[in-house]
Amino acid sequence: MTQHSRDLSRRRLLFGGAALGAGALLAGCTSNEAAPTAAQTKAAEAAAGGNSAPGKKVTVGFSAPAANHGWIAAITANAKAQAGVYSDVEFTSVEAGADAAAQRAALSTLLAQKPDVIVVLPHDGKELNAFGLEAMKAGVPVVNLDRAFPDARAYRLQIKGDNYGMGVAAATYIAEQLKAKGVSTPIIGEIPGVDSLELTQERSKGFADTLASYGFKVANRRPAAFTADSGQQAATGLLQALPKIDAVWNHDDDQGIGVLAAVNQTGRKEFFMVGGAGSKKAMEDILADKTVLKATVTYSPSMASSAISLARLIGQGRGMSDLVELQVPKEIVLASETITKENASNYLKLGF
Amino acid sequence: MSERCRLSWWRGDGGEGARRNLGLIGVLVVLILIGIATRPDLYGDSGWVWNNILTILKLASVVGVVTVGMTFVIIGGGIDLSVGAIVALAGVWCTTLATQGYGAGGMIFTALVVGLCVGLVNGLLVSYGRLVPFIATLAMMVAARGLAAQISGKQTQVSDNAAINGIASTDLLGIPLLVYILATVVVAGWVLLNRTTFGRRTVAVGGNPEAARLAGIDVRRHTVLLYGLSGLCCGIAAVMLTAQATSAQAEMANLYELDAIAAAIIGGTLLSGGRGTIVGSLLGVVIFSTITNLFAINGLSTEAQNMVKGGIIVAAVLVQQFQFRSLAQFLSRNRLSTG
Repeated sequence: MTQHSRDLSRRRLLFGGAALGAGALLAGCTSNEAAPTAAQTKAAEAAAGGNSAPGKKVTVGFSAPAANHGWIAAITANAKAQAGVYSDVEFTSVEAGADAAAQRAALSTLLAQKPDVIVVLPHDGKELNAFGLEAMKAGVPVVNLDRAFPDARAYRLQIKGDNYGMGVAAATYIAEQLKAKGVSTPIIGEIPGVDSLELTQERSKGFADTLASYGFKVANRRPAAFTADSGQQAATGLLQALPKIDAVWNHDDDQGIGVLAAVNQTGRKEFFMVGGAGSKKAMEDILADKTVLKATVTYSPSMASSAISLARLIGQGRGMSDLVELQVPKEIVLASETITKENASNYLKLGF
Repeated sequence: MSERCRLSWWRGDGGEGARRNLGLIGVLVVLILIGIATRPDLYGDSGWVWNNILTILKLASVVGVVTVGMTFVIIGGGIDLSVGAIVALAGVWCTTLATQGYGAGGMIFTALVVGLCVGLVNGLLVSYGRLVPFIATLAMMVAARGLAAQISGKQTQVSDNAAINGIASTDLLGIPLLVYILATVVVAGWVLLNRTTFGRRTVAVGGNPEAARLAGIDVRRHTVLLYGLSGLCCGIAAVMLTAQATSAQAEMANLYELDAIAAAIIGGTLLSGGRGTIVGSLLGVVIFSTITNLFAINGLSTEAQNMVKGGIIVAAVLVQQFQFRSLAQFLSRNRLSTG
């Protein structure tokens, strides 16, 4: 009995020791220190008298959903970094929480602090429309970032990317390339992101509409979920379904990591691919020109930096200095740009 | 009698289970026939067909490994909702820059240990903390994804390790390494379930924990080990999935818990525990990946695919209930006639 219990305690000691050791070792493995990517900011220009000259002190409140994607993470990082550039901007950020309801609660707290301007990337534009109205009524201008409020009275400025235009840009690049190669009936594959989202549907519509104008169509479409592993699976299915492909548009560069992995795993090389969003990795791959990825169409998170700059101008009652108007415009839609090997080095600093 | 003797080698999986597995193979054949009928052009090319079989198996490999662990937990009377989250946590943990600094060995070790440890914590919560498995692993599902997001800083972590990434692109004798890994885990799981005391105890604990305790089995300790085993399988799956995607992130392996549970259920594992087969679970996973493949080669939407999957799960459970009920009726009638 005592022998037995001593054995047991020794075993426990050994197990416990091993567990502690492994724990200590693993805890050391969570570090992810890397050189921080330079945020996409616009430095305050030295030229005196311009809009960048310090003006009235402005408090900018900011809220964006918790990041589960490189793009959203870049949005928040950019907003913060751009605010840091201005000596006259005080930046307060509230966590948006898990859903629209949580974000509404967080924004109410923010509104109670009476900031001069609120910049918000809503979970869902429709669901947070009421907040926009409330804030505007309370006299706090709202800058809506990317996900539109349906009611025009709910925002002072709307700045967003162009989802339909992304599809147009991708299709135009693909069609022009194929035309140059003399392919008349190309086989084109598409790997969208989460298919139930409106933004995905707009992108796909822009893509299909533009292809149709060239007399082309999408041969197969396998949706992924904005993650690399889902991209890998969707691409594997697509490659299996189409033994010969001429071109592929993958909507999102983050899931594109998995798409490219699947392409490499099958050893297919007969087609070229266009990405979407414009991640740093995608631009590096395009520059290196060793994979099928030849271009990407932007949906740049730099819009968050611009939103902060414009929020500051709104707070100070100034307009955009290159325009005639004395106030900032009501709506800005960023153009989706096509990044290829030729211009990728210019865009590299905008990659997230 | 000789029939029985021949079957006895199979007894672990045998009798009713074997018949059910034949039924699953029938479903698989039907799916392949549908594929041939709808895309005769592709199926006409034997090279493509062989390649397609390997693609289906590769697609099944990651979920397959998770399902083997899940099958043990369910047979043992539990459920593990945290498997997808454990895969994500192990994947993220093994692709941090610090871990990648230790090379492929360090990454694999990290993934396996993280998986095992999280599984053991699940087991401790269930057996010694007396939490209902559903609640304990639901909490772990949320917590593990949270920790994964914390560690990764919500970014996609790219694996730069050629040896790890090579796991997904290496073929041995024309068969992908991922398929060998799946086969190894399945065979090991089969032996463990059918040829060891551990396996017998698992069935006993799941079938009737009180009887198992009275028979001298340390039910709590065994439960801890079962969840640890599931976690370990998740660690293996994390390495495989990371290799496939050449990256890891907190949102990876999304809803794998549902895929694994569904595969085990249509494979004939009883959700209340005490009965189930590894071969059945494997067939369940392969059926799901064949459906995914079938929809992909026909260019059909994934919404329809999810509805078909749901339908198959319901059908399988209905068949299972029907069989079970008729078996019970048969037994009770027999008992009446003898008694």
